[in-house]
Amino acid sequence: MSEKKEIDEISGTETTGHEWDGIKELNTPLPRWWLWIFYGTVIWAIGYMIAMPSIPLINGAYKGVLGFSSRANVVSDIEAAKAAQSEFITKIKETEVADIVADEELARFARAGGESAFKVNCSQCHGSGAQGSYGYPNLNDDEWIWGGTIDDIYNIITNGARYDANEDTLISEMPAFGADELLEPDEIKAVANYVASISGGEADSALAKNGAEIYADNCAACHGDSGEGVAVLGGPPLNNAIWLYEGGVDAITEQINQPKHGVMPAWNDKLDDVTIKQLAVYVYSLGGGQ
Amino acid sequence: MSIKSKKITSQSKPAAKENKVKLYEARKKIFPKDVKGKYRRFKWIWMILTLGAFAITPWLRWDRGPYASDQLLLIDIANRRFFFASIEIWPQEFYYVTGMLIMAGIGLFLTTSVVGRAWCGFSCPQTVWTDLFMLVENKVEGDRNARIRLEKGPWTVEKIFKVGLKYFIWLIISVLTGAIFTLYFADAPQLARDLISLQAPPIAYITIAILTATTFTFAGFMREQICIYMCPWPRIQGTMLDEDSLIVTYNDWRGEPRSKHAKRQKRAGIMVGDCIDCEACVHVCPTGIDIREGPQLECITCALCIDACDNVMEKIGLEKGLISYSTLKDYAYNLELTSAKNESEKQKTIPTHHASHNELMLGKSIIPTKARDPKSGKLYDKFRHTSWRNFFRPRPIIYFTVWGVIGLVMLVAVALRNPLDINVLHDRNPLYTVLSNGDVRNGYNIKILNMVPEKQKVELSIEGLKNATMELVGKNGIEYETIMLDLVPDAVTPIRLYVRADPDNLDSVRTDFNFVVVDNYNERSARARSFFEIPEK
Repeated sequence: MSEKKEIDEISGTETTGHEWDGIKELNTPLPRWWLWIFYGTVIWAIGYMIAMPSIPLINGAYKGVLGFSSRANVVSDIEAAKAAQSEFITKIKETEVADIVADEELARFARAGGESAFKVNCSQCHGSGAQGSYGYPNLNDDEWIWGGTIDDIYNIITNGARYDANEDTLISEMPAFGADELLEPDEIKAVANYVASISGGEADSALAKNGAEIYADNCAACHGDSGEGVAVLGGPPLNNAIWLYEGGVDAITEQINQPKHGVMPAWNDKLDDVTIKQLAVYVYSLGGGQ
Repeated sequence: MSIKSKKITSQSKPAAKENKVKLYEARKKIFPKDVKGKYRRFKWIWMILTLGAFAITPWLRWDRGPYASDQLLLIDIANRRFFFASIEIWPQEFYYVTGMLIMAGIGLFLTTSVVGRAWCGFSCPQTVWTDLFMLVENKVEGDRNARIRLEKGPWTVEKIFKVGLKYFIWLIISVLTGAIFTLYFADAPQLARDLISLQAPPIAYITIAILTATTFTFAGFMREQICIYMCPWPRIQGTMLDEDSLIVTYNDWRGEPRSKHAKRQKRAGIMVGDCIDCEACVHVCPTGIDIREGPQLECITCALCIDACDNVMEKIGLEKGLISYSTLKDYAYNLELTSAKNESEKQKTIPTHHASHNELMLGKSIIPTKARDPKSGKLYDKFRHTSWRNFFRPRPIIYFTVWGVIGLVMLVAVALRNPLDINVLHDRNPLYTVLSNGDVRNGYNIKILNMVPEKQKVELSIEGLKNATMELVGKNGIEYETIMLDLVPDAVTPIRLYVRADPDNLDSVRTDFNFVVVDNYNERSARARSFFEIPEK
């Protein structure tokens, strides 16, 4: 630090004594209001530290005088949201599921709630768009193994299918015609071709002709005389392009030999009735409901 | 010389203390003197017009029917709508606002290139409100000298009363400023009633409190400091000025050498310039500068010094315009005419006062006889003065053209704006659903925008997809060729629907088609492109 004060000739202002390539830095004082604002921010910062959670400690953090907590805010937000929804929730609780569909406003609320519940509970098997996959039914289309009315959908979500823990669960089991030797391999081949033909797929027409009679004797009871399916028995329709375990003679043959059976859990022990009703309304609205 | 003397004094201790640079520089209070003249009159009229427009606009009405506000200008933040007369802007049409901002920007470029910092001097809210506050100050405390006396004097009852009254009136103006501002964001008569009966939403009071505080401090105490230290605009404008822009100019080519004793010196045969160094220009300046130091950042070109100087010139019987709106080009031309050409000429004149800011003047000496005919006592005619020709330069013309083109495009866009619109979002998951009879179904979320505050009946149909039908969610099994819809006034009507078609009629996996919404009554229509997806065959 030089003792001597250096004054810039032109401006008459004192310099800092720093010089770069002949350019000197003027030591011009700040405007006073600027300094006040600076002090103001310092005071604000101290006050803010006292008022708000600010200092990390070994166990948790300093809570602040105001007791602000974003976690507590979320909790109260959720409670507020629940309170706002309570009117609809009670209404859904008291209304038959078929009547919810008829009530436009209630149905809209139920669809939204059902959609979010579907994403959490159902999308693992049925897909996030309810499009299904191999072994898991597509819920968008108009083929329903156990019926596609709103009550059918509500029932299967509540009680499940082939879900042993539930007494009211829907049960059907296709016999293993091949593995249990109920039909000869030739007969299975013929009936597989017949089924493929009524579904509009490729099939050997001669074999299919033979298969028609075997079908009428062994399959029509559950799948319907013309393969239209019997919903009460859980017999899927066979006369269309929609297949749970793929169409085509080979896949059908395999299914007749040793059928695969999917299990739908009963949700009445995991979800409350309101959520199940909402789910039913949502699934019904996907476009395939009857 | 001055440096040397300071070096000497710095050796003694008390003087050294005095020389020490302080951490801050306190604002030097400015006491602008009242002035009369044509620019001052224009500023009063302009202030009445701008403040009047600010205060009256929210109260003006415009009938839009039962489903929208009847306020002429309304910025409805809660519902995200902007209303101005018959124009209604939705958030997605914010480009209109962008266009207006671009026009405002180019308009400022245009103004600056022609008349310099006219925005700063006349229209900037900081200037207008400061002017209003100074008016109050002047009426309550008296003019410059009275105010300086009051400031320096002790706190007598009179001083307390006057300062208190001034602050009180300032506060009323500040509160009104904040209150009027909030009226632009809600129905003005209703909000005004609510504000008075303390029923208005907290945000309204918070806004008023903030604006009251800023108005009070900015216009009452900060004043020119806002322009000099806080506002970036003076610095930007400084770069947009060129040698053809009008700026408030001290014409030292006729003013120098300045003299407080012009008459005596003229009697003694010493030729002096027109400036009698009365400092009238300095006393009226609201930013506290001396315009005679040349163009400077602090000058907001309010032109009050022109009025002050013209009044003095009139009194002493000289031509007006010693301080005038002038271009740098004219100024330099005139300066060249009256400055000394060589050393021998320089020797004949008395030293010219050199303003430190003005580079053009550096080292020059003005010869008053070159400016003024010694016989007639009149200024020569050879000097250049501001003329309207100055406006017709390439730069302002280009700015004006750009400004006009953008304005026209905006007008056409607003005139052709379709208040009916449709947005379509194809379902991503699943992309398609195969139905039992082999048909394929796609899902769509459609939003129909009815941007007028009236109920509308519209028909929704599909165009360009063979034998396709629509199904509505919740009405499973009913197939529609067209769907009749009632649109909510001034809102979006959402609708979810399915389109169903036979894939045998379609050639490719993805077929583009349009959703068309037709409002037969108003003869409006809108369409949105979407696609229909089928599985690979």
